Amino acid sequence: MAGSIPVSATASPARKPHIGPWGEAWRRFRKHRLAVVSAVVLFFLVFAVLFGPLIWTLPIDEIDFTARLESPSWAHPLGTDDLGQDLLARILYGGRISLAVGFTAMLVAVGLGVLVGSVAGMAGGKLDAALMWLTDLFLSLPQLPLLLLIIYLFRESLTGIVGVEMGVFIMVVAVIGIFNWMPVARLVRAQFFSLREKEFVEAARALGASRMRLVLRHILPNALGPVIVAATIDVAGAIIAESTLSFLGLGFPPDVPTWGRLLFDAKDNLDFAPHWALFPGLAIFLAVVSINFVGDGLRDALDPRRVQ
Amino acid sequence: MTNYLTRRLLIAIPSLLGISVILFTILALAPGDPFEELATNPAIPPDVRAHLRASLGLDDPIHERYWSWLTAMLRGEWGYSFVSRIPVDQLILQRLPTTIAVIGLAQIVALCIALPVGVYAATRPYSLFDQVANTLAFIGFSLPTFFTGLLMILLFSIYLDWLPFVFRTDIEATGLNWWWQMLRQTIMPIMVLGLFQGAAWTRYVRSAVLDVIRLDHVTTARAKGLPESRVTILHVVRNAMIPVVTLVALQMPAVFGGAIVTEQIFRIPGIGSLLVTSILSNDTPVIMAVTFVFAILVIFFNLVADILYGWLDPRISYR
Amino acid sequence: MTGQRLLEIQGLKVHFRTDDGWVRAVDGIDIGVDRGETVCIVGESGCGKTVTAKTVLKLIDMPPGKIAAGQVMFEGRDLVPLPSEAMQKIRSKEIGFVFQEPMTSLNPVYTVGHQIAEAVRQHEGLSRRAAMDRAAEMLRLVNIPNPERRVHDYPHQFSGGMRQRVMIGMALSCGPKLLIADEPTTALDVTIQAQILDLLAEMKQRLGMAVLLITHAMGVVAEVAQRVVVMYAGKVVEEAPVGALFATPRHPYTQGLIRSIPRIDRAAISHARLEAIPGTVPSLLNPPVGCRFAARCRHAMPECTAAEPPLREVAPGHKVACILYPEVRS
Repeated sequence: MAGSIPVSATASPARKPHIGPWGEAWRRFRKHRLAVVSAVVLFFLVFAVLFGPLIWTLPIDEIDFTARLESPSWAHPLGTDDLGQDLLARILYGGRISLAVGFTAMLVAVGLGVLVGSVAGMAGGKLDAALMWLTDLFLSLPQLPLLLLIIYLFRESLTGIVGVEMGVFIMVVAVIGIFNWMPVARLVRAQFFSLREKEFVEAARALGASRMRLVLRHILPNALGPVIVAATIDVAGAIIAESTLSFLGLGFPPDVPTWGRLLFDAKDNLDFAPHWALFPGLAIFLAVVSINFVGDGLRDALDPRRVQ
Repeated sequence: MTNYLTRRLLIAIPSLLGISVILFTILALAPGDPFEELATNPAIPPDVRAHLRASLGLDDPIHERYWSWLTAMLRGEWGYSFVSRIPVDQLILQRLPTTIAVIGLAQIVALCIALPVGVYAATRPYSLFDQVANTLAFIGFSLPTFFTGLLMILLFSIYLDWLPFVFRTDIEATGLNWWWQMLRQTIMPIMVLGLFQGAAWTRYVRSAVLDVIRLDHVTTARAKGLPESRVTILHVVRNAMIPVVTLVALQMPAVFGGAIVTEQIFRIPGIGSLLVTSILSNDTPVIMAVTFVFAILVIFFNLVADILYGWLDPRISYR
Repeated sequence: MTGQRLLEIQGLKVHFRTDDGWVRAVDGIDIGVDRGETVCIVGESGCGKTVTAKTVLKLIDMPPGKIAAGQVMFEGRDLVPLPSEAMQKIRSKEIGFVFQEPMTSLNPVYTVGHQIAEAVRQHEGLSRRAAMDRAAEMLRLVNIPNPERRVHDYPHQFSGGMRQRVMIGMALSCGPKLLIADEPTTALDVTIQAQILDLLAEMKQRLGMAVLLITHAMGVVAEVAQRVVVMYAGKVVEEAPVGALFATPRHPYTQGLIRSIPRIDRAAISHARLEAIPGTVPSLLNPPVGCRFAARCRHAMPECTAAEPPLREVAPGHKVACILYPEVRS
């Protein structure tokens, strides 16, 4: 209860040395210990999938029937699958795709969200109401069934045009993006409405700044903090979405070992080869949980309204 | 209140139409003929196929096609499954109760976790309990349902051998024993979904309670001499439920997503696993109908949430 | 004065923990209220008056708050060590409380009747219906029209002034012996303020309870108080009957407060500017040694910052904490 603490009126003037907004954000982020740990884990994961395959050079598709369903050993640190393929190599390679899908789908979602949110926030009136209705509508769509439906209907023709792997990648990214732009749109629109009347925007308008300039120079940078937070969480959501599709056998084809696909292949061999399912599952979990914690830390750092 | 109810119902109609337009657009944009399967199936003669096309109005202008499609969908005329030749509505009605039961029980489990844990954590912010609960909640909703499902099977079915991991509809036992068998085979899927939901809800409950607990009216309640437990339940939790209901409604689509995955892992004969199997076997009428049913379920639950919201917050329903 | 006072706050210290250290919001005060008496605590925001009021019913958040020392004697019983169950029986039943913010002090999800009845049922064990009847009766008492119908209305259907009436009705519903009103008019329009003060006076006349009114407005003090306690930076600096305080304010701070009241009659003839007290209230994290007002005082002398001046009786019933005045021994 802030009202009962009577120092506010007499609080000592800032004793702390002056630090910029980013320094302040960094200071707040550091206070969230799990977020810092997660950032390190995440960095390690990204590093591993980017450069791991250069160090661990076993091919991902070398079939070796003499080494089927092997438990972890020196030769295969994470064991092998039913075709004797090395799981470490497959997880490292698959991680590239899983993370790439997550990141790209986030970009699509944020792009769409910023677009819809800006248009709604700038236009106001009927267009705003219509766009917000659309946003609410998309929020209440049964996403997974629709994802499955779209992939079912469009997979053939798209893979026919750009090849299986690229086709599925484009489709998965686009579809996940299309179903996840709504929170960002709401955030951006809310920022428009709260900032539109603020003095500095008024001042810029009085100085004759054009609308476009106003949006790019003044409003969007101010909306950046919450959008970055939402974007971070979106990456985690997209990774889960892609893994779910692959896990249901409806995402990437078998020769593209994304983490979800590895789980799909492993799930019928749980009793002989639990490691096959455990390691890719753990990879998904680590990626998602660390991204979520980093997002939480960023919320503390960049969205001061939420800090108590 | 009646006024409010009718208004909410009227608002649900455009969303239903909106979702149906999106669904239909997806279908209409889909390359090729969704009934291509029939064409390649030699068992169906061309004239039957033409008749079917005509009866489905596939050659009409787009808005007429949409209208006839929508009315057919709403009337429950969903056609026959390509695979089993059973009417789709029968197929779905057979399986819907299972899905609803699993989802419903999972929600109850989630509520039983989230409410006490979230409230207790919020009344002692930054205590050890709060920090542990918060971290576990974070981990809980970062664990995808398909992975928790596999982990549970690994632990309880394979290592400990306590629970069956394949759902059976033909349990031979009767009476109490039947219920026992049923419980054993449903507990894992329910827990998988319930824990995931519960983790997310715990965070909602905690933050909502934290927001309410510092409001002036709570101090008023204390100044009235109410016991702390009554203050917490009647003046904090009661008010905190208002934002929680909204957040939970927003989660509904994710709940159905989780249900599809869980049904698939544990092979529960619900409409989620029906959707996946029919996609794998290109059974278009079933796919369309199940997606439509999911859309209707989401709208229905949103409506329920709206009604709850109006019931919880007199400022809304009286306006 | 016969025997013990109704409320006797002695040597009370209330501290709050913050990131920068302990804030000594209330730092050793003595305040007494007799039965049926109206006492005003006056001072600028942050002087500890609201904390004092809330501490009587232990409504401050602990933690971060802490009663570091002192007693709150109510009818001869110290409330500070009382367990929460016993405290619940005091709240509302013995001491009613009216808050500053009528707009947020009522729970928006319950009808006002329900909220008044809740207190009555808690303390008097009445049935639901009897408690609702009492609620309607209280609404009539505080002059809300159509009380039988209005009990079924929600707070958002009342205006600010009406809500404050509801709050007063709620605070009085169990017939308390003391009513603590924490700036009950600050959040209201001027015309409504007068109505609420009139209502408080009327209630006091009809029900005869004692009133402890917290305010920062000297105008309110002049209108309702019998005795006045002036607080500054967590300390009591002056205490006097209302007449004596306005006629012969002793403490330089009190003098400053009274001079800062806008006087339309004087302003017209003397063209005098409204006086403000220069400087700011000292930090309560590390309060200065000696008199806390010394830095802003026009009469300050070296002795002022050497040791804290005690609260001494300088005239019958008139106490002041300032070295300018010699103690009068009776």
